[in-house]
Amino acid sequence: MSLLQVTNLSKQYEGRLSLAQRLTGGRKTVVRAVSDVSLHVNKGEVLGLIGESGCGKSTLGRAILRLHEPTEGKVEFDGTDVTALSPPALKAIRRRMQIIFQDPYASLNPRRTVAEIVGLPLALHGIASGEEARAITTQVLKRVGLQPDQIDRYPHQFSGGQRQRIGIARALVSNPEFIVCDEPVSALDVSIQAQIIALLLELKQELGLTYLFISHDISVIGYLSDRVAVMYLGEIVETGPVASVLDNPRHPYTQSLLSAVPEIGAKRAKGRVRLQGDLPSPLNPPSGCKFHTRCPLAIPICQTLVPLTQAVGAEHHAACHRLHEGLNLLEGAQ
Amino acid sequence: MTVLLEVTNLRTEFSARAGLVRAVDGVSLQISRGECLGVVGESGSGKSVTFSSIMGLVRPPGRVTQGTIFFDGRDLRGMSPEEMRGVRGRDIAMTMQDALTALNPALTIGEQLAEVLVAHDETLPTGRAARRVAIKDRCVEMLGLVGIPSPDSRLRQYPHEFSGGMRQRIMIAIALACRPKLLIADEPTTALDVTIQAQVLELISDIRARMGMAVALITHDLGVVAEHCDRVMVMYAGQVVEEGPTEDVIGHPRHPYTRGLLASIPRPAMRGQPLTPIKGQVPNLMGLAPQCRFHSRCPLAEPSCLVEVPMLSAGPGRRARCLRLEETV
Repeated sequence: MSLLQVTNLSKQYEGRLSLAQRLTGGRKTVVRAVSDVSLHVNKGEVLGLIGESGCGKSTLGRAILRLHEPTEGKVEFDGTDVTALSPPALKAIRRRMQIIFQDPYASLNPRRTVAEIVGLPLALHGIASGEEARAITTQVLKRVGLQPDQIDRYPHQFSGGQRQRIGIARALVSNPEFIVCDEPVSALDVSIQAQIIALLLELKQELGLTYLFISHDISVIGYLSDRVAVMYLGEIVETGPVASVLDNPRHPYTQSLLSAVPEIGAKRAKGRVRLQGDLPSPLNPPSGCKFHTRCPLAIPICQTLVPLTQAVGAEHHAACHRLHEGLNLLEGAQ
Repeated sequence: MTVLLEVTNLRTEFSARAGLVRAVDGVSLQISRGECLGVVGESGSGKSVTFSSIMGLVRPPGRVTQGTIFFDGRDLRGMSPEEMRGVRGRDIAMTMQDALTALNPALTIGEQLAEVLVAHDETLPTGRAARRVAIKDRCVEMLGLVGIPSPDSRLRQYPHEFSGGMRQRIMIAIALACRPKLLIADEPTTALDVTIQAQVLELISDIRARMGMAVALITHDLGVVAEHCDRVMVMYAGQVVEEGPTEDVIGHPRHPYTRGLLASIPRPAMRGQPLTPIKGQVPNLMGLAPQCRFHSRCPLAEPSCLVEVPMLSAGPGRRARCLRLEETV
């Protein structure tokens, strides 16, 4: 059963016009950061959202929580249409939907103690106050691996990994069901990263949580997700069960992304694809299939026609014109 | 292969208000001509400070207090600042992690490339006009070498007009302008996306092969080392804890820290199995006792580990700083 259902969600940002541009009838520039995205997250699962910087994965995470107001489309959480909620109703549902941010340095208020930071959701949602709030806060901090005597310290007194634990405690304290994890381990060293991943998985088991896990790191996504969605320039190009997408990627972007990851251990069995060039500007995205400017398999139709999403296996979908040919870049490469 | 860089027992200290921090403590390393050495460690392990010390770039309150640095038979620590300036850029070049802050935003790419040539290249013609043409040609050649399209017109552009991957290429072009014998690449791809990272690493490997240059690749990513380096050196809390041929060290790590680091990396093949993180945190480098620095986090630690541990032989061409090596065979 899906806990979260996102349908045709788009988020555009409009640029401002200068006076001169307005007088000469200039058009506003529009960035479509997220474009017509549909996905679902089942209760109790981890959906890994993967893509490179600027592909819109964080914007999507925030638009789902309405931290950034979506331009179009619908987000349903546990049967409630989040996009249609009034501000008080939205606040009430946010108790159940939380977020952990990427940067443990920027996402904690340096002037507040840990007790204040972690306890704030309790006050905001009227869950507890005073001694009771402090007791709950202490308990949550203990659960994420911090010492109760650290509760009155300030963020700068903690290391990066400990700060991320504080961020996790803040997300957990209101007892949510769904958490958007926005690159929670990207800023951390490998050994600390493993500690935080292990903690997030334990908490998920224990509290029956559901995660939308956003990352650019394929190893992390592959390790902890049940299903994966691959994003490129604001669109989801491939989605499916993790084993199916990683072992048998069907979209040429997913194939080249996987082949770009340096591997430890055994020599690479398959060849390697090198994508040419950079990510195009989302201000002026390519026509047709947005990947055609870098795609080694592009044919003329890719420049003009947007490919439809098709089923390529059990719950495995991809959007590419050449899917039916069953091509695999990795096998073609040397 | 002959030895190009030989560092012995290097120590770099920073005096802070609270006390003395030994960021690099007794580091010895060798790089042969044309070789690629991977330097791996987490933040604060001393990998960048080690190479800044070699380059003579440590500024007060930091100070190199001990050790010898020989490059191509010359003693770098005994050199005057002027002599050192002649080595930097010409014989040893370094690229910084963050290309956006390392490049000067107020100068065009062409001006920044030309600066290195004017400072170091004695082969340039002396006549003014001929000199200008020669510099321009070399700049175009270098940008072409690192794969920047239409280098001629891009020379007149500023750093902000390039993408992150392109800026990293430009910094590599500047580093390579005088065809150095050693390139120190400090986290060249950390700020880049994985598809761009692959392009930049391939570029470095390719140029290294063509120019016969040695490379020290500083990174925190063991995957990058596995694919690009001949030998690897693992650092922890200011010391080298393990070194050897990349395949051996990664395939069969001997030091408990290297083992822990490898076990911490999530891999899709390990789905459902628990990760085994290294417990605890890196120790504070201030006032460390002369004993194994990893013992508080080490699964093999015993009271007898609380002594100063030297680098011990751990197989052919391999060394590790651990007294329990027989338990990790």
